[in-house]
Amino acid sequence: MPNMQQNKTPMRELDPMERRRNFEEVACGYNEEEALNEAERCLNCKNRPCVNGCPVNVRIPDFIAKIKEKDYAGAYKIIKDTNSLPAVCGRVCPQENQCEKFCVRGIKGESVGIGRLERFAADYFMKNCKDEKKEITKNHIKCAVVGSGPAGLTCAGDLAAAGFDVTVFEALHTAGGVLMYGIPQFRLPKEIVAKEIDSLRDMGVEFVEDTVVGKTELIDELFEEGYKAVFIGSGAGLPSFMGIEGETLNGVFAANEVLTRINLMKGYKFPETDTPVYIGKKVAVVGGGNVAMDAARCSMRMGAENVYIVYRRSMEEIPARAEEIEHAKMEGIEFKMLTNPTKILDDGNGNIAGMECVKMELGEPDASGRRRPVVIEGSEYVMDVDTVIIAIGQSPNPLIRNTTEGLETNKRGCIVVNEETMQTSLDGVYAGGDAVTGAATVILAMGAGKAAAKAIKEKLL
Amino acid sequence: MFEIVEKLTLNSQVKLMSVKAPKIAEKAQAGQFIILRIDENGERIPLTISDYDREKGLVTIIFQEVGATTKRLGMLEKGDFIQNFVGPLGRASELEGLKKVCVIGGGLGTAIAYPQAKALHDMGAVVDGVTGFRNKDLIILEDEMSKVCRNLYIATDDGSNGNKGFVTNILQKLIDDGEDYDAVIAIGPLVMMRAVAEVTRPKGIKTIVSMNSIMIDGTGMCGGCRVIVGGETKFACVDGPDFDGHLVDFETAMRRGNMYKAMEREADCNLMKAGEQNA
Repeated sequence: MPNMQQNKTPMRELDPMERRRNFEEVACGYNEEEALNEAERCLNCKNRPCVNGCPVNVRIPDFIAKIKEKDYAGAYKIIKDTNSLPAVCGRVCPQENQCEKFCVRGIKGESVGIGRLERFAADYFMKNCKDEKKEITKNHIKCAVVGSGPAGLTCAGDLAAAGFDVTVFEALHTAGGVLMYGIPQFRLPKEIVAKEIDSLRDMGVEFVEDTVVGKTELIDELFEEGYKAVFIGSGAGLPSFMGIEGETLNGVFAANEVLTRINLMKGYKFPETDTPVYIGKKVAVVGGGNVAMDAARCSMRMGAENVYIVYRRSMEEIPARAEEIEHAKMEGIEFKMLTNPTKILDDGNGNIAGMECVKMELGEPDASGRRRPVVIEGSEYVMDVDTVIIAIGQSPNPLIRNTTEGLETNKRGCIVVNEETMQTSLDGVYAGGDAVTGAATVILAMGAGKAAAKAIKEKLL
Repeated sequence: MFEIVEKLTLNSQVKLMSVKAPKIAEKAQAGQFIILRIDENGERIPLTISDYDREKGLVTIIFQEVGATTKRLGMLEKGDFIQNFVGPLGRASELEGLKKVCVIGGGLGTAIAYPQAKALHDMGAVVDGVTGFRNKDLIILEDEMSKVCRNLYIATDDGSNGNKGFVTNILQKLIDDGEDYDAVIAIGPLVMMRAVAEVTRPKGIKTIVSMNSIMIDGTGMCGGCRVIVGGETKFACVDGPDFDGHLVDFETAMRRGNMYKAMEREADCNLMKAGEQNA
């Protein structure tokens, strides 16, 4: 008999008042008992709507069935079959919009905690088992992957499994892309990302760090060096600014800078590490996405007294995951909705004296279908802050498109691809992830990496 | 890992290193830079490529020991390795078509001005060099600059080399004497570059300055290096580092350069403490 409990088995979390001052992982994961309890909630239904909701089509009911049988390594292997990064996805996928959205149990009550079970299986495997060396028959065809974020890692993993000689080029000094520089330690421990990457190394994937494709190495040169296909997964790393007065004052940062200093450079351990991070006492984070939540929660952990999320629309439209918003609130982050910054004030020494904002109200729906925020006349006021972090979005980096003749991009700078094969306007060149879509999610990028690997296999084998 | 194959001390604060980095040497051009990280806990710092040898696969950097990282870098010796070394980053200087140029280097900026003077010389342009230092003991690259310049003028703040004054005094005199430069390239402290831009502004002489901003990745990702040029926000790492000196907002740039001064001192103290413990 399935467990008919209406709600998900809760996941233990660190105490909000303690965790908001450290970088320990917030969500503790299920123990065996909790995992078994949750697994029993899965009805193993015939039409498996959850699988179609997953961009990489993890065989969800099958892996949950393995958990029920206490064959946790078996569960992991089923996930790993279609998903190169189970421990990552179990933590950062927006399951509520994907697999769990379609779960039959969600009709009456809460859906099965698929993400939590995925994390359980992955963590169990990492702790207790070792990947068996699978004998892969090499086909000696060279493929290059540009960027080692979720799209690139997935593409590399699938190609390596099919026998290709895969080289991944990474601009930074550490592989992992946004999983390393962007998503903070307390949501996704870097040790876990490193382990997932090591498992790709074990499959024979070669990682070449410190190589900026578009500068150190050009796409055309990769073909000259014998690569038969190139996958571009260079992400969307170029931060947008608001273009308001005072944005170059000291104490105004792109969220990317703050997150990179803290996550990639381990600035939270300064001066044990060499990279400083400046976060004042009163911090405004402008924007409402997951990056904004990460920047706000990092600011709190760096010792800020007040941290505000400043967003021009309402709680209804806010794009961040509900779970992230909930976690942020529990940690004492204050949400200033329907508020838009108009000017950052100078204290006379080039530092921030405050941020002038206007209040907004929602008008008619705009092109995005969301109600357009409209300024309320005469509502200007000054928010008392000494640090402003801009998290209003990122666009793809121009280095590759500027140095690759014939690579078609759209007006937002995103690479144009055939949506099925992920092939670009150039023969043998594929692209996927944020470089194509603009800033989106880890799992969508992985889906794209997978689709590209499939197309490359079909073309070259 | 990138091997240091040569190390020279140019003056009491300035050192030169040639690093084995064939991929970078293959593509490097005047005006571009690299980013390095000494070791696992190190920070990433940008340094301009001051010379390269494509055949030997070497990239030369010249740096002044001003902060924790450059001091630690200065402690490394020939045969040691630098963990990360990436480039060539930034846009190459646009020197095409220039026939007569005055290249100005202030202090360490001379190390960045030199490859530009050399590139111009190699292209057949007439190059006048003007360099400035606090005193004669700090003069660097005199021989190298002399080789690629028609005339080289060296000024010192204290006059200890017999030529007291600033680079701007010399530039002003050259212009007043009728030298008709296509362009002036000025590289050095922000105050110096601003002063040069003011000297050239009345005659509208094209003036190129190099912005050595705070940056992390050097590929357009962090936004830390943003400078205001002609009222627009630009990233020194991908849009620069060269910009039109008449359009750069130097006030903002100077303020931003001081952003981490206090924390830099903290890292510096730690380095000294570590040094004492090791001694």
